[in-house]
Amino acid sequence: MLGNLGQWGNKLHSGEITYPIVRQRKRWFIVSGALMALSVLILLVKGINPGIDFVGGTQFVIQDQTDPAIAQEIGSEHSADAVAIPLGTDRVQLSMGETSIEEARGIVDELSEGYGVDPGDIASTQIGPTWGAEVGKKAIQGLIVFLLLVSVVMTLYFRAWRMAAGALVALFHDLLFTVGIYALSGFEVTPGSVIGFLTILGYSLYDTVVVFDKVRENTSNLFSQHRFTYAELANLAVNQTLVRSINTSVVALLPVSAILFIGSFLLGAGTLKDISLALFIGMAVGTYSSIFVATPVEVALRSSEPRIKEHTAQVLAAREAGTTDVSYSEDGEVRVGALQPGHHQGTQSQPRRKGRR
Amino acid sequence: MSTAAKAARRALMWLGIILVVGYGALAAGVLTNQTTLAPGLALDLAGGRQLTLQATTTDGSEVTESDLAQAVEIIRKRVDASGVSEAEISTQGSNVIVVSLPGNPSDETIDLVRQSAQLQFRPVLEIDSPYPVTATDPSATPSASASTEPTAQETTDEAAAADEATEASPTPEPTATASASGDEPASDEAAGDSTDDTTDSTDEVSPSSLTWITDDLRAYGDALDCTDPANLGGVDLGDPEAGHVACSADGLAKIYMGPVELTGSDVETATSGPELGPTGNLTGGYQVVMDFTDEGAVVFDEISQRLITLPSPQNQFAIMLDGVIISYPVMNQRISGGTAQITGDFTSEEAATLANQLKFGALPLQLEVQSNDLVPATLGQDQLEKGLWAGLVGLILVVIYSIFQYRALGLVTVGSLFLAGLMTFLAIDLLYWAIGYRLSLAGVAGLIVAIGVTADSFIVYFERVRDELREGRSLQSSIDHAWKRARRTILASDAINLLAAVVLYLLAVGSVRGFAFTLGLTTVIDVIIVFLFTHPTLVLLSRTKFFGEGHPWSGLDPRQLGRDTIYKGRGRFVASTAPTLAERKAAAAKGES
Repeated sequence: MLGNLGQWGNKLHSGEITYPIVRQRKRWFIVSGALMALSVLILLVKGINPGIDFVGGTQFVIQDQTDPAIAQEIGSEHSADAVAIPLGTDRVQLSMGETSIEEARGIVDELSEGYGVDPGDIASTQIGPTWGAEVGKKAIQGLIVFLLLVSVVMTLYFRAWRMAAGALVALFHDLLFTVGIYALSGFEVTPGSVIGFLTILGYSLYDTVVVFDKVRENTSNLFSQHRFTYAELANLAVNQTLVRSINTSVVALLPVSAILFIGSFLLGAGTLKDISLALFIGMAVGTYSSIFVATPVEVALRSSEPRIKEHTAQVLAAREAGTTDVSYSEDGEVRVGALQPGHHQGTQSQPRRKGRR
Repeated sequence: MSTAAKAARRALMWLGIILVVGYGALAAGVLTNQTTLAPGLALDLAGGRQLTLQATTTDGSEVTESDLAQAVEIIRKRVDASGVSEAEISTQGSNVIVVSLPGNPSDETIDLVRQSAQLQFRPVLEIDSPYPVTATDPSATPSASASTEPTAQETTDEAAAADEATEASPTPEPTATASASGDEPASDEAAGDSTDDTTDSTDEVSPSSLTWITDDLRAYGDALDCTDPANLGGVDLGDPEAGHVACSADGLAKIYMGPVELTGSDVETATSGPELGPTGNLTGGYQVVMDFTDEGAVVFDEISQRLITLPSPQNQFAIMLDGVIISYPVMNQRISGGTAQITGDFTSEEAATLANQLKFGALPLQLEVQSNDLVPATLGQDQLEKGLWAGLVGLILVVIYSIFQYRALGLVTVGSLFLAGLMTFLAIDLLYWAIGYRLSLAGVAGLIVAIGVTADSFIVYFERVRDELREGRSLQSSIDHAWKRARRTILASDAINLLAAVVLYLLAVGSVRGFAFTLGLTTVIDVIIVFLFTHPTLVLLSRTKFFGEGHPWSGLDPRQLGRDTIYKGRGRFVASTAPTLAERKAAAAKGES
């Protein structure tokens, strides 16, 4: 594995292998655009399935029981919308609409009688509808404030609004896509999921920052050379950070999968499952977007800059005229990569005699 | 030794000092029983009930910070009085109170918490010593007990004209009260219970009448022990249309009162300030000024006219907030303007507290239960166990993967993660000790997610080192260059993470906060570990033969990274298998020929 991934990394680093991600950006834009449009459509048509924390309601969890029939019967007596389901391996969950504290106490007593368990061992949650709306409002507020702050921080950090824009587009993409998956699958959105969504934001940016750092490094001397265009160097950065992106994603996803597995198969539901499910989807999408969305968007934005345009034209003209010394790979593409020692770097790299007489 | 190695050693030493001092402090705390080794657990892990209460006013006015603080104070007293220990009451935002009660508190306790506070004004009928009366003979004990505790009144600084009250406080006519209550209680009760607007005023018993002290009330009052703090968070408001007995807030007096004559809604506002003498001069004391509403002013005028004619202590009126008497001043003049001053030897804080209590009582504040969660202790423990298992499994997977990817370098990751874990545990323990931070399930999830984020900063760094090796640098210079670049990236991404955590913490409610907290905490710890452990360790390891010469198992083998020649400095190279430029040219020329 080390050999393969390491050597693959070597080739990516030197430019021996290059995936033309930036050049094919239209393709990725179409793919991502279609997915985003689809997400919006599903959101509008189907909508998300909010948990009781956002709409209000009552929930009971009886431990060490597997038969939901008794709970269903008791629940139906109180509310027509009561639903009892088995949860995980050894729990039963009864959900229903809003109840008063007194009514909920009555239901707990009936459940404890029906199942023969101690009333103190029945978990109950009651959420008022206004409180639920409040929690939802806070989550959206947090999202907006975070986005604003991040735009400022990113712009300051990269000192280039286009990079910030690229990062934010990737961020928005991740969020929309994750929420779209939630809408499509009908997974319940709980405060745990919201934690997950908000963490995705941080994670997505984190990933993008690493790629953009490399882009910046590769293009720091852009205008003092006429060998490669901006897009080519940015593409090299994406390729060079590919191994890191994969390693990072695997390392980040491993613990998340562990929580997801234990949370959904052993516990059935709850905070652990909700957080990890959102994170799992979001991290996977985040890795995709940092590679296929963030940098291409940034390059697309910068390509319209007059300076970059001029530079690109110069590079291409030089190639046309054959006055540049780029090497070509077998399929006739310009090989963009880190310089290999021992390779000829052109007469311009040779020491020049000063004060020619 | 080079400066880099010296700096690395110094960094490791600092890390050691931080850990030793931190754990030393923790050990000291544990040994002196000030804290525990196990971190504090929140309700969803330890089990318990959590109530979210939203304070609203019925008249649509704004709930201020001091109103909320008063409400919290009252809830705290009620909870303490109900015998639930370790309850946590906190506020969120401008109008939300979160009450966390460990275990499975009784329904009564929960009802207590959600009750709104009430301010009542009742005329004082009798002031007794705070001790419970055990003897069955009512005629003997009150005077006896009063004489045992004659100082009670003197120390109640709220009582204006305390001297009068003190003189009169040994209840003068216990026998009279007893006989009176023997004669008329039934009719009084009937009158009190059926009081409606049509009741003729001649039929009505004066609220200051001692007949309000019925046998039942006397028995109840005799059993009341005002020295027991449980009764000072009392919430028994009594029947508003009957007599009542309650303790003074300082626990120094037990006061029998008539029916309620005014309530909080009759008070407009209350303020405190320096006391002014009759000529407007400062007396050096402090006073509380109560403003009544128009209706309240009329009633208060009537009360004041009646009370000034009565003997002490019946010339006093008690102000009862949430079942406890916060003040029982003497009425020394008719007050018709709707503004009453309460004077006494207050300090400025005491006056301000009383004014706040009055204001709060005047506020039509309602507490609405917004969420009500019960987590049984067994469920909490189960969740904690499963959460820890998930963390362990995640950690092991990350360790396996990083050793697979980075060979011996992966061990640096393992060591860093281990130290980060030690430091996180320490931080959570110390935070529990210092500010009572409790770990919730969402917090545990945050810790597990952080494993990935922490490991990632090592990946960024190691990949950088490899990149530099690929460029053909020596290991030591690779580490040097890689560190300069990776440091920036790691700091930037950690700053983003921290920003996310802070925004989440400040804006979110409930479980989201626990997650944000651990995420922010681990991000800070990540920075500390990378700077004080991972980088210095790598610098020192690069000086060992195993890593420095790029052993195949070191994870930094240049040959596996596509680089066969390593410049070792000072004109030395390690064995090179690849041809140099000259050799290649020679080979090419040979091939051509």
